[in-house]
Amino acid sequence: MSRPVLDPDAEHLLRDLAPQVLGAMMRRYRDFAACEDAVQEALIAASQQWPREGRPDSPRGWLIQVASRRMVDQVRSDSARRLREYSAALDIGQVVAAASVESEADEDETLTLLFMCCHPSLTPASAVALTLRAVGGLTTAQIAHAFLVPEATMAQRISRAKQTIRTSGLRFERPAALARAERLETVLRVLYLIFNEGYTASVGPSLQRVDLSSEAIRLMRGVHRLAPDDAEVAGLLALMILTDARRDARSGPAGELIPLQQQDRSRWARGAIDEGVALLSATLGKGRVGPYQLQAAVAAVHDEAVRYEDTDWPQIVALYTLLERMHDNPMVTLNRAIAVAMVQGPAAGLEMLDAVAADGRLAGNHRLDAVRGHLFEMAGDCGAAVRHYLAAANRTTNTAERNYLLTQAAGVREDLGT
Amino acid sequence: MKYMLMMNTPGNGPYQIGNWPKQDIQAHIRHMIALNKTLREAGEFVAAEGLTGPDQARLVRAGKDGAPITDGVFPESKEFLAGYWIVDVDSPARAYQIAAEASVAPGPGGAPLNMAIEVREVMSGIPPDML
Repeated sequence: MSRPVLDPDAEHLLRDLAPQVLGAMMRRYRDFAACEDAVQEALIAASQQWPREGRPDSPRGWLIQVASRRMVDQVRSDSARRLREYSAALDIGQVVAAASVESEADEDETLTLLFMCCHPSLTPASAVALTLRAVGGLTTAQIAHAFLVPEATMAQRISRAKQTIRTSGLRFERPAALARAERLETVLRVLYLIFNEGYTASVGPSLQRVDLSSEAIRLMRGVHRLAPDDAEVAGLLALMILTDARRDARSGPAGELIPLQQQDRSRWARGAIDEGVALLSATLGKGRVGPYQLQAAVAAVHDEAVRYEDTDWPQIVALYTLLERMHDNPMVTLNRAIAVAMVQGPAAGLEMLDAVAADGRLAGNHRLDAVRGHLFEMAGDCGAAVRHYLAAANRTTNTAERNYLLTQAAGVREDLGT
Repeated sequence: MKYMLMMNTPGNGPYQIGNWPKQDIQAHIRHMIALNKTLREAGEFVAAEGLTGPDQARLVRAGKDGAPITDGVFPESKEFLAGYWIVDVDSPARAYQIAAEASVAPGPGGAPLNMAIEVREVMSGIPPDML
């Protein structure tokens, strides 16, 4: 007999409540590592008990009660030293009584939690894992599965991340205004990383796997709700939504990559594109334009072209030029070269790529060769196109992209009749 | 990023663990177990397996009817894969460091073997958005 499982609605509710419950626990017990473990156990308990016994009247209160009990149990079974540490904070009666109050501070605390999980002292991989568990409300098993590593490895990564936070002496409080901007940048970087990881997982059987791109968008929506006036927050959310809108069209039935030029645009998610564009438009006039807004604007230009031939390439050139001024990043120049080639012809783009190659920072990066292959093909220099496609195929670390590049090279060779 | 670390040794090379004195074998095994423990604790461990010896290896090809045709045993001098690790690390440098730790596993007399470990990145990168 199979166990009853949580309906998707309740699952979403649980995941939304996870950071609020953790915030409430933190306010009482302060110890991040222990609170986070207790909340994780409460979430697992809910996913087992709710399908059997029905959803409690106050899901949030229920979770706080269970998490508090776990906390007490854990501390009781812990060493005497830790017991002394916590004894002041532990009072079950008080915990149960308080379980249904305090919601006004929740929202802020979710942001504080994000700042904590995305602390600069953590490696990106650790910050990603911790964020997905503590703020995303995912189980360790789900996160491990999403990254194709054993559950024990993921558990260890998360526990080490919490240890790093503990030793860094980071306090659970809102960062000061100046530090806040910098820390928010790190949060956005981590969420963007999660979003991009979702792309890797989008190929192959994924029925049982958490969709990391959707998860990143969900978390990003939360951040946008908490910081509605931050233009870069809105910009990154728009970028994610506008990119994700093309998801169904960007790979074929066997997981093969379909380039923008060949995508069936009727499969792009119209509603998502409208939402992304509206988000982006709303940031206009809200202070300095940042890199996420510009990248979102590029995505919007692509999304709004009815056919590939309708793409407003001069607009894309202008956007990348702005982005280049903000960021001395050869990858931006690479992207601008593609757009320039579409406006002025491949020779102009290839000339820019020579400068990128001479710069040296992209040495060994397959994207430079892939773009050169593409522009040489446009220019009709088939020999050079094949050479660069193959060089890129040898260096990419993505199977679908390698298959695409090898197929491109073979296609050009066949056109040559060799 | 994930890397595969492959421990290749010649069949007649120093990795003839069966002929080593007991304490050397034990020291070698301890080294490998300790390395795996370190990887697990660091949250970097994905998989590690040792393979059976080359005398049990077969090269398999399909015959005309698609049925397997096996070939073996191989000469002792042939290089073979003794075992492998798959690790999930933050940088290539860290993968090389782990490979070096595997390489210095003690051999006969406790001296480091300094085996060659082949390090290859597993295809797990993010596909490009704009093709």
